[in-house]
Amino acid sequence: MRVALFATCLADAMFPDAARATVLLLERLGHDVVLPAGQTCCGQMHLNTGYRRQARGLVRHHVDVFEPYDAVVAPSGSCVGSVRHQHAALARDAGDDRLADRADHVARRTWELSEFLVDVLGVEDVGAHFPHRVTYHPTCHSLRLLRVGDKPLRLLRAVRGIDLVELTDAEQCCGFGGTFALKNADTSAAMLADKMRHVLRTGAGTVTAGDSSCLMHIGGGLSRLRAGVRTLHLAQILASTDGSIA
Amino acid sequence: MSTFLGMPHAPRGVGQLREQEPFPDAARKALADDQLRHNLGHATATIRGKRARVVAEVADWEQLRRAGEAVKAATLARLDEHLLRLEERVTANGGTVHWARDAVEANRIVTGLVRDTGATEVVKVKSMATQEIGLNEALAAAGITAVETDLAELIVQLGDDRPSHILVPAIHRNRTEIRDIFLRRMPGVDPALTDEPRQLAMAARAHLRAKFLTARVAVSGANFAVAETGTVAVVESEGNGRMCLTLPETLITVMGIEKVVPAWTDLEVFLQLLPRSSTGERMNPYTSTWTGVTPGDGPQRFHLVLVDNGRTAVLADAAGRSALHCIRCSACLNVCPVYERTGGHAYGSVYPGPIGAILSPQLTGVEDNASLPYASTLCGACYDVCPVRIDIPSILVHLRGERVDHRARGPVPSAEAVAMAAAAWVMARPRRFRLAELALRLGRLLGRGGRIRRLPPPLSAWTAARDLPVPPSRTFRQWWRASGRPEEGSR
Repeated sequence: MRVALFATCLADAMFPDAARATVLLLERLGHDVVLPAGQTCCGQMHLNTGYRRQARGLVRHHVDVFEPYDAVVAPSGSCVGSVRHQHAALARDAGDDRLADRADHVARRTWELSEFLVDVLGVEDVGAHFPHRVTYHPTCHSLRLLRVGDKPLRLLRAVRGIDLVELTDAEQCCGFGGTFALKNADTSAAMLADKMRHVLRTGAGTVTAGDSSCLMHIGGGLSRLRAGVRTLHLAQILASTDGSIA
Repeated sequence: MSTFLGMPHAPRGVGQLREQEPFPDAARKALADDQLRHNLGHATATIRGKRARVVAEVADWEQLRRAGEAVKAATLARLDEHLLRLEERVTANGGTVHWARDAVEANRIVTGLVRDTGATEVVKVKSMATQEIGLNEALAAAGITAVETDLAELIVQLGDDRPSHILVPAIHRNRTEIRDIFLRRMPGVDPALTDEPRQLAMAARAHLRAKFLTARVAVSGANFAVAETGTVAVVESEGNGRMCLTLPETLITVMGIEKVVPAWTDLEVFLQLLPRSSTGERMNPYTSTWTGVTPGDGPQRFHLVLVDNGRTAVLADAAGRSALHCIRCSACLNVCPVYERTGGHAYGSVYPGPIGAILSPQLTGVEDNASLPYASTLCGACYDVCPVRIDIPSILVHLRGERVDHRARGPVPSAEAVAMAAAAWVMARPRRFRLAELALRLGRLLGRGGRIRRLPPPLSAWTAARDLPVPPSRTFRQWWRASGRPEEGSR
């Protein structure tokens, strides 16, 4: 299958290993990954902070870039959530029904990685090997916008050698929330403190999730504590094999 | 927020709908209170668990939610007709209906009605509407004492405190604090009072019983009012509300205009949704309904005060009007990770938590509660539990947009607006994005051991509690190209 990768701006610039792992994983499963060159950002940060006009420009750009593809995959529940649940509505609110229809078309062909693997490709065992203790944080937008449910966990349970431990209050937000982390930094830090407390209690050496943004937040807090717990994107664990640990 | 119809918002200087200081500042103070954090964490976790258990028992919960949403949406679409029908039925049954444009008018009407009876003390049923309009303060200014009879409201009132939760106004207090408040402020209380819940309840019972038996006037809110019969309903857990609704000669009910439902059968939906969502009970303990005046039974004078106070302005905004669906269950407060940590006072308004963050700014105009739409991570937990399916995250985003548009009309753009415009400019062209990524790599100079520990404002808000990884030595796209894979298109 020919798959267009939407790397997301954050992964491209700051967390290239997550996007790279997505490519290697899909290729290992026998698929042809292409990278549409014009891609930049889905506009979620602008929209969710209230900058609708700028967000509309970015939505138009995103639609222009990804409209030709039959399958678009991104290693982010949050960006796919925006594509699927915000893009068309934003265009329609501005009276641009043509763009809204095109955005709907792209949205129907865009998947978050775990959805794509389980729902579209029908695989749960991706042949990964990761002999470490891991805990999984379900990110809010993958959970409540995309309803990925236990798909990421099903993928993780099939990983050989993994010691997957449950995270207490896993479904509570880590406190990132985009610009929330800056605008309400104290509340964000309080939420993060509780999330880290639960992570540390698991004894896991790795915390994973489907969004680089949430991992940047949780990882930033753990790093500040010198906690010795690393964050890895779900794609990095699924891309790991006997030969190479991502 | 301006609306096309120019409907008036809730007036300033009266009632309690506005933030006293921006949410982040108020939250910072609340977060420093360890006892508060502990009380809230314990209480919200308990009630969350109870709700989840009893909701899971209902096989058709999703259909019930959709029914609740549909009834509310249909009612609001013909609100004027339903309100006139309600007035007609209440009047035909011996009650009197008053229309209050806003908090000032409502307070004036109620104060006048109490004065006409000659009473100087009224007993109150727990009510959000009267808190919203600041009725107790207005009555006090007229020399009338309002006695809160809901146990938690009584604790708040005796403690000279403010409610911090829609359903559990004293959720921020633990039982030791409550005992101390009773010992300090409850007349004639046993000085040997302990913090055992039963003892506390018995002390409140003795205190309130005397009030019930002497009160001549009661003031209540309303959970629902049925237009087709003129029946008003109050839902409560303690029975104290029923004392107020049945013993005094005069009953004055203050009700937001969105509380009307067309038909008696609509209650079937809400009386299933509300108790499970709010207290985690299968059935509500005390549901009182009355229709005008019944000779020889209950209050012989009944006044219904219908309050707008900004609701018509909310109704005029198609993207935000579903906030008026709210049945005040508090499920969204109990699941909100922000509320759980900051408590209700940080929101300023009597409506805290996620629903408050959309309702208060809409009632007052978003400029008067400018920080509230941002008091959320948009995690979506509130929407999932809302019994009438209010899409709170989407309305928060809508209000953020209104706020930004409003500021953009000002003379000087904010630093944030400049940064956002710059980011959008960069992201509009892939070439600019690539150059920005190159510039970002300068950030590597800021790091030590792969981490950035300190950044200048506004990013210092991040590094106050978190590290940031240094930008990678090459971007994903550079890896892609170096790996020999071709890029598609050249837009």
